[in-house]
Amino acid sequence: MEKLTNRSAGAEFLRAVAAIVWKDLTAEFRSREIISGMLVFSLLVVLIFNFALDLDRNAQGNIAVGILWVTFVFAATLGLNRTFAAEKDRSSLDGLLLAPVDRSALYFGKLLSTLSGVLIVEIFIIPVFSILYNVNLLDPLFLIVVLLGTTGYAVVGTLLAAMAMHTRAREVMLPVILFPVTLPVVLASVRASEGILAGHQWGQISGPINLVIAYDIIFLAIAYMTFDYLVED
Amino acid sequence: MKSGFGLWSFTLVAVLLLAISIYGVFSYAPREVIMGEVQRVFYFHVAAGWVSALAFLVTLIAGIQYLSTRNSKWDRLAASSVEVGVMFTTMNIVSGSIWARPIWNTWWTWDPRLTTATVMWLLYVAYLMLRQGLGDTKRRRVFSSIYGIVAFTSVPLTFAAIRIWRTIHPVVIGSSDPSAEGQFDMTPRMQHTLLLSVVTFTMIYGTLLWHRVRLERCTERVAEMKSSLMARL
Repeated sequence: MEKLTNRSAGAEFLRAVAAIVWKDLTAEFRSREIISGMLVFSLLVVLIFNFALDLDRNAQGNIAVGILWVTFVFAATLGLNRTFAAEKDRSSLDGLLLAPVDRSALYFGKLLSTLSGVLIVEIFIIPVFSILYNVNLLDPLFLIVVLLGTTGYAVVGTLLAAMAMHTRAREVMLPVILFPVTLPVVLASVRASEGILAGHQWGQISGPINLVIAYDIIFLAIAYMTFDYLVED
Repeated sequence: MKSGFGLWSFTLVAVLLLAISIYGVFSYAPREVIMGEVQRVFYFHVAAGWVSALAFLVTLIAGIQYLSTRNSKWDRLAASSVEVGVMFTTMNIVSGSIWARPIWNTWWTWDPRLTTATVMWLLYVAYLMLRQGLGDTKRRRVFSSIYGIVAFTSVPLTFAAIRIWRTIHPVVIGSSDPSAEGQFDMTPRMQHTLLLSVVTFTMIYGTLLWHRVRLERCTERVAEMKSSLMARL
């Protein structure tokens, strides 16, 4: 018996995380509320930018990356608003908190389920965007930057969404507290993406990419350390 | 109140120091050769910048202290320090803008230092918004402590911005980059004035913080007295 608990310390944690991700994704694929909403919303944002800025061919190349990142940020915020709020509305959050697992497993589970939702949306948006704006976005390095940048956004977003759900007017509060925190990672991701798509040398794009990686690590550590305090009650 | 004498002597010293500093800035410090009189903004600009970093550091430490001790005096200190810090950050940005008009020929430019300072300002405004959205509960104390930790990441970034990126903001203290617009070297008299301004502003910060924490305590006492009076009626 003792041997069993020793073996399972880390495995138990991973199983708890996987269970939460599985639960969220199953619920999502049955109801198709959040991801499909995010997807349609992203398409609308892309179209609105196109008409609002009245883009011609030359202008598109320069600002397309910025528009793409703004789209991702808006879509991710939409998803993050539901991450914990959905649990609260169904009163299932207490059940999750009562589960005899480490509290940070809940954080990582929610992080991974939100992140996979956003990444699914991005997988659909990137090809559509490539066609509409005439840019080739299927560069492996660019996709890595998208993955890293989105991760950074979701890492902070999941932590702050757990706070925002308790505030009055929570849908308004989340962007207000989230955007300033994530501005550096979004800015660095845009810079890195621009550099990659313009075909710059590694020396010119390594700076922003390193900043994105550092951001991911720092905020993952902060979230891991503080999440336990956040959900206690 | 028992803190009366200490507080009023603090206030008096701060006012006297401010008077001496104003004299120092306008008379003791020499006129800068190239920039002229507008360079005198520098002394209070740097001092306000220093105080905002100090104020947010106090918030960080008080937040960590609150999470480990659960004594609500730390929360009062953290929140008061943010209010004073936001005020000094505003002063810092406004004075910088006044200096930039003749030197850079623009009120505002999206230089890395200006961007990070703006992000820092927005973060702590968001901190105050978050507190307002939560009502006076234990949850508010915990959440604002965590947000104070998250928001502090912007402070070292703002400090380092002019030292790691290519920027037009001058680095007067420490190594100087000749490409910065408005770069100059300090004479001993300038150094004295700067030191005095920094000491003065730190003193003003301490005094305001003390007043603000005292006000918070008084508010709580009034609330307590009200509720006990209502219970008796």
